[in-house]
Amino acid sequence: MEIIMSILAGVLFTTGVYNLLQKQMLRIIIGTALISHGAHLFILTMGELKRGAPPILEDGIENYADPLPQALILTSIVISFGVTSLLLVLAYRASKENGTDNMDKLRGSEND
Amino acid sequence: MSNLAVLPIVIPLIAGVLAALFHKKLKVVRIYSQVLTLINTAVVTYILFYVHQNGSVVLESGDWMAPFGIVLVADMLSVALVLTTNIVAIACVFYAPKSLDEKQEEFYFYTFYFLLITGVSGAFITGDLFNLFVFFEVLLMASYGLIVLGGGKVQLRESIKYVLINLFSSMLFVTTIAFLYSVVGTVNMAQIAERVGEVEQTGILTTIAIMLFFVFGTKAALFPLYYWLPRPYIAPNPVISALFGALLTKVGVYSLIRVFSLIFVHERDVTHEFFVWIAALTLIFGAIGALSTNNIKLVVAYNIIPAVGFMLLGIGVYNSTGFTGAIYYLINDMIIKAALFLLVGAIAYLAGTSDLRKMRGLIHHYPLLGWLFFISAFVLAGIPPFSGFIGKLILLQGAMEANHIVVAIIGLASSLLILLSVIRIFIRGFWGEKDESIIPDKKAARGFALPVAFLLFFSVLLGVGAEWFYPSIEGIGEYLMNPQNYIESVLKE
Repeated sequence: MEIIMSILAGVLFTTGVYNLLQKQMLRIIIGTALISHGAHLFILTMGELKRGAPPILEDGIENYADPLPQALILTSIVISFGVTSLLLVLAYRASKENGTDNMDKLRGSEND
Repeated sequence: MSNLAVLPIVIPLIAGVLAALFHKKLKVVRIYSQVLTLINTAVVTYILFYVHQNGSVVLESGDWMAPFGIVLVADMLSVALVLTTNIVAIACVFYAPKSLDEKQEEFYFYTFYFLLITGVSGAFITGDLFNLFVFFEVLLMASYGLIVLGGGKVQLRESIKYVLINLFSSMLFVTTIAFLYSVVGTVNMAQIAERVGEVEQTGILTTIAIMLFFVFGTKAALFPLYYWLPRPYIAPNPVISALFGALLTKVGVYSLIRVFSLIFVHERDVTHEFFVWIAALTLIFGAIGALSTNNIKLVVAYNIIPAVGFMLLGIGVYNSTGFTGAIYYLINDMIIKAALFLLVGAIAYLAGTSDLRKMRGLIHHYPLLGWLFFISAFVLAGIPPFSGFIGKLILLQGAMEANHIVVAIIGLASSLLILLSVIRIFIRGFWGEKDESIIPDKKAARGFALPVAFLLFFSVLLGVGAEWFYPSIEGIGEYLMNPQNYIESVLKE
């Protein structure tokens, strides 16, 4: 199971990086979202899968899933959620002000 | 008493939240921020004194035993850096009302400023790798807010690049932590160090070490990961550039020092040897970058890069002299970079341009600013009575001890280029014919000069009074060479 999940995370990273290298701003943001999905999936995989019941204390259950990676993922999800929403607003404003969403055209002299 | 460790994080955090409540009342929020920054500095000074007397303060949050809960570790290194952060913060908070326009100040500048201090102090004090990531995000989020403050065309454009590169490196950081967790089964730095030591750092751990190096190298702007740094750093207001230039990259350097003096110290042929050459390339490319432009703000922004190279050299040579030099230089560089950014901001404002070719003879109008700039150029290049000299001297001594003579020569040569790049601003901007078209604004110049003079006072003190500071900093260097000290103070077997 871990191997399949690692391959999936790898695919997410690959497509994410491919999208990051595009010119259109929205594609780049989609790329960052894919990369953060890959990273989160990766944390889950690295904490070992299929170890037991959900980490809620109940009588009669011996094995639980590792709770630490889940807490780490939850933290990381809200952080990347915050950054992504900021990035979307930023991209909106920047494309409005500069009149283009093409990253190649978003350069210029330092004095303007 | 162990609660002392959390105060440098909690005070600015609460201050920032409260500052958001009356952000439109500028007179109140200014004085409030200045007073709270001073209080925070006083508290940190006391903590430094306490740690100096009684050894490191370790706080186990919520009374959970060390590897299970989050620990905050205030040792001499982290507290000294937090104090330096606060000294920079004092200068910036007094400079801010003169430099920012009122709209920018009203829109939560002080909240973001306090949150930035929170993030930086937290990153210095934490003893947990994932918590370090969270504090990195706190300081980065605050810096995203600061970099777009004002919302000019250039700012929006550059901030997108800045946010993207930092988001990518943060996700890489999370992935690396996941790798490390799957190998050693913990995220507490002391316990990671212990376990990595037990298995003698096998191949996979060295790979993770290099990945961490790439993450922190991106944050700290090392060759070849520095390309994102110069332009976003000059886009916002000078006071914000000063906060960035003084604090953000230095958190990356601190993380490198911590990780490669505590955790990954067993395969030094692979990791540390590699750092020395990366440091040499960083020195060369940064110094060339600083010479390549006529924009005075960009010159200072490029000068961040070789300074980081010097500190990496200190980590790479891995002896106590190297660490002592790196820390001396780190403290000196935080102060002097803030001073230089504030100075070029003032010069660009007073001369009405940041293009070196369009300014001349400023010393006739603003002698005080001119001589302050002259001193800071000398501090940056490392001319004897000032603090830059002592840091570089110890660093190069450490490089010589480790038989890295070529890199030491590269370091000396790049110091020459650094001196050339900043003294060029002095010669072409301040010397020459008096420019009659400028109507001097003496009052503004005095307002700009005071915070800079305050920073330079500390810089000169670090150089002239080296005898007072050197023993403690040398103590930190020796402490870093024995990771066992740190592990025992946290895990308390």
